[in-house]
This record gives sequence, structure tokens and C-alpha cells, in this order.
Amino acid sequence: MCLSIPSKVVQIDKEQNVAVVDTMGVTRKAGLDLVEEGSIEVGDYVLIHIGFVMNKIDEEDAMESLKVYNEILEKLDEQEREKLVLEDDDCGNRTT
Amino acid sequence: MSTLQLKDLYDGFRDPGVIRGLAKLINEEAKLLGRPINIMEVCGGHTHSIMKYGLPQLMPGNIKFIHGPGCPVCIMPKERIDHAYVLSQQDDVILVTLGDMIKVPGSKGSLQDARAKGADVRFVYSPLDAVKIALENPEKKVVFFAIGFETTAPMTVALIDTVLKRGIKNIFFHINHVTVPEVMVELIDSRDEHVDSYNNRIDAFLGPSHVSVITGAKIYEKFPKEYNRPVVVSGFEPVDVMEAILMLIRQFNEERCELEIQYKRLVSHEGNLKAQQLIEKYFEKADLFKWRGLGNIPQSGYRLKSIYEELDAEKLYADILPKEEIEDHKLCICGDILRGMANPPECTIFGTACKPSSPLGSCMVSSEGACAAYYKYGNLIS
Ligand code: SF4
Ligand code: SF4
Repeated sequence: MCLSIPSKVVQIDKEQNVAVVDTMGVTRKAGLDLVEEGSIEVGDYVLIHIGFVMNKIDEEDAMESLKVYNEILEKLDEQEREKLVLEDDDCGNRTT
Repeated sequence: MSTLQLKDLYDGFRDPGVIRGLAKLINEEAKLLGRPINIMEVCGGHTHSIMKYGLPQLMPGNIKFIHGPGCPVCIMPKERIDHAYVLSQQDDVILVTLGDMIKVPGSKGSLQDARAKGADVRFVYSPLDAVKIALENPEKKVVFFAIGFETTAPMTVALIDTVLKRGIKNIFFHINHVTVPEVMVELIDSRDEHVDSYNNRIDAFLGPSHVSVITGAKIYEKFPKEYNRPVVVSGFEPVDVMEAILMLIRQFNEERCELEIQYKRLVSHEGNLKAQQLIEKYFEKADLFKWRGLGNIPQSGYRLKSIYEELDAEKLYADILPKEEIEDHKLCICGDILRGMANPPECTIFGTACKPSSPLGSCMVSSEGACAAYYKYGNLIS
């Protein structure tokens, strides 16, 4: 199952059309091909699916769900955190 | 060192208080129902969530779940996997696909088997990874075996767009994208052919989550209007699913039949227009797509438009791709399960000849398939 953890945009590379995002402390890149040009800005929260930004998440909603994740994440060290975030992407059914 | 695992993270969204509260509301509301209701969750992510959190146990007797066909890996017919297998056998081909396809058996074996025998099959996390592979292997032909519902179709199309814009000459596409509304229609219509036994099978739908992020809720409009089946688009957390069920029951009690969105935090009516435009630019509906367990369904899959045929691996390799039809195991009742006619344990080879480690039918193939979910979590509900 996919947790849809909100990721925060920390950098945008217009040339490559990719965003660098922070998913609960784990940094990764995601393609911007599926969102309107200019619609995503640094600081926005987004949903990522197989390497692409799918859409923007309302900030209030994002904070709400991050609160729950964060409580749990506080108890994790770096390595475990990275593993969790990557595992979230590794859903067996992520093509639905 | 903490020993927290992914499941603990899920547990955060499984607030027992909220779930209990919702269960109470559902039970109260359900007492007012004039008749039992069967709710089909179309998406495998929902099936998984429902089974994992034991939601059927929390439901009153007159609310039943029917597990839909929503796993694109499971519904991939053997014929298509054989295509991928044959392509992977070409000396100059690197076959690239998403990791989910790894175990699915075709008649010649799975792609994992092909790789074990030396074929160059690569499982990637994102379609864009194919670009890197193509650039690093200019002497090879990279064939992207594209899978998934409306959710992943735009990612494939973004890859096509990149390939054309950057003038990359050695990536080709084998398209296996399928679409949700057509299979929902098929499941309702097939019910009508067998009036008695199929009667009252699917009363309402839980709409898939991520598909709807892309397409918008609008693709389900015809179900309440033309087919008299309400649809609530629901998120994946157990709390989301419970809330969506409550919304459905309320519709019945208030004699409404509507399309509603529970998953408002991500789904809008219109969806992601940019993604929809990209799909329209490159894809058109194929007349038929064969679904494993369900057979041919009209207009239920995409193919590349003919103006892009130089990218189409199915045309390029037409001579070597096998064409014969393959039947599933004759004892397998996946078709009935997907249509809401039967439950996995009713299959005579469930858990014996057919298990997740040696799946015979589509429902056992991916962990989100109905049989696999029953196999894994079935003890919770029996
Ligand atoms: S398919 Fe995507 S959305 Fe569906 S459960 Fe998997 S990761 Fe989540
Ligand atoms: S148990 Fe196996 S053979 Fe039986 S219906 Fe399920 S997938 Fe098909």
C-alpha cells in the first residue's frame, strides 16, 4: 500500500525539468513533465509516483498527514528513515 | 536502535479510535438500509488495505466487499508477457519494465526467468530510467514494456515525449496500459447476462485513488447516471476507506445515487489536465484489450497512435511476436472472483496447487490480488 507521504520541493531545475524534493529527510529527484509549467514552486508539497511529481498537495492537508508520520519518524535513525521512504515507493501495486 | 518498521508507519494512519468511531457510525447507518449492499473496490491498493486492517470484520452483516480487478500486473494476460519474453530473447534488445512485472508468469516463464537465463531484462523504478539505459547502450534497442492503469500511462507518455524531443533513436514501446471505467462497465454488464445468479452483485463502487488523481473523478460520472451505481473515490488509509463506505451507505439511506470524492486532499473532478493532454497526444484507445481472467474488453486499453508507429515495438517486431491465445488454468475461478461471483477460498486449488510462490491464476500473482490477499491475511476474517 502506498502511504502517499507528502514531499517538499527544495529546488527546481528548469533546464532538466526536474524538482529536488525532500521526503521526510530523504532527498530525491522527480520529473516535472506531468504538471503545468511554473505551477510548482520551491516550498510546495507534492505527491510523487514512480519518479514523477503527480500533483500539488494542499499545504494544510500535507501538514496534517506529516504530523502523523513525523511522530513516528522521530524515533528512527537516518538509515531506517531512508529505507522507509524508499520502501513506500516500492509498492507491489504501484501501477494502479 | 529502534526496531520500527514500515508497518508501524502505517499504524499511525490506523488510529483505532477513529476506526472504531467510524465503525459505530457505519453500523448504525446500516441498520436503516432496506437491503444488503455489495461494494466493489476496483483498486488493488484498496483490497490490500481492506484485508490488512480486517475491515470486513468491522462491517455489519449487510455490507459486503467485492474485490475488483484493480491490479495491472495481475490482469496482464500471458500472451502479452510472452511478447515481452520473446523480445527479451533478441540479441540486440534490452527489455525494460517496472519492477512489478518481475514474477508474473507467461506461458514461457516470467521475465525474471528470462533474466536468469541470460536475457538482458532490466527492472526500473521510473520510466525515465530507460533514457539512461538507451544512452549508455547506443548499439542496442531498448524496448520499454509499459504497464499500468491511467496512473502510469502519463509517465510512459512523458518518456515518449522525452525520447522524441531529445532525438533518442533506440527506445521503442510495447504498450499495455489499461483503463478503469471500461472494466467497471464490463463487470456490471456481465452481471446482466446471468440475471438470477448475478443479481444484486455490485451495488456501489469505491473509486481508485491514484488513477483518479490523474483522470479526475469525472471518469465515473456515468456510473450513478446511467448504471444506477453510486461511486465514492476513496483514499488508501483504512480511515479513508471507512469514511468512503459511510458516505456510500448514507447515499442509499438518503435515496441519492451520486459521484462523491472522499479523497479530496488529492483528487479533483477534473484531475491532472496536463497529464491527460499528453496521453491524448500519443495514445488512442485500442479496440480490444484482453484482461487476464476477464477476457477481451472493448476500448479498455491504449495503443500508440499510428503516426508514432516508428516507436511501436509491436509493429516493429510483428513477425516474431506470438499470436496464439492462451487459456488460464481450467480450475481457476479468477474470472468469477473479479466479477464478484465467488470468493477466493471457493477455488478448489486455493492455497494448495495455487499459492503466491506458484500462482496459477491472476488473482494470486501480485500481493494485491484478491487470492493473494486472502492467502496472506485470510485468517483475520475466516
Ligand atoms: S499503486 Fe501506487 S497508489 Fe496504488 S497502492 Fe501502490 S503505490 Fe500506492
Ligand atoms: S486460487 Fe489461484 S487458481 Fe484459484 S482462483 Fe485464485 S488465482 Fe485462480
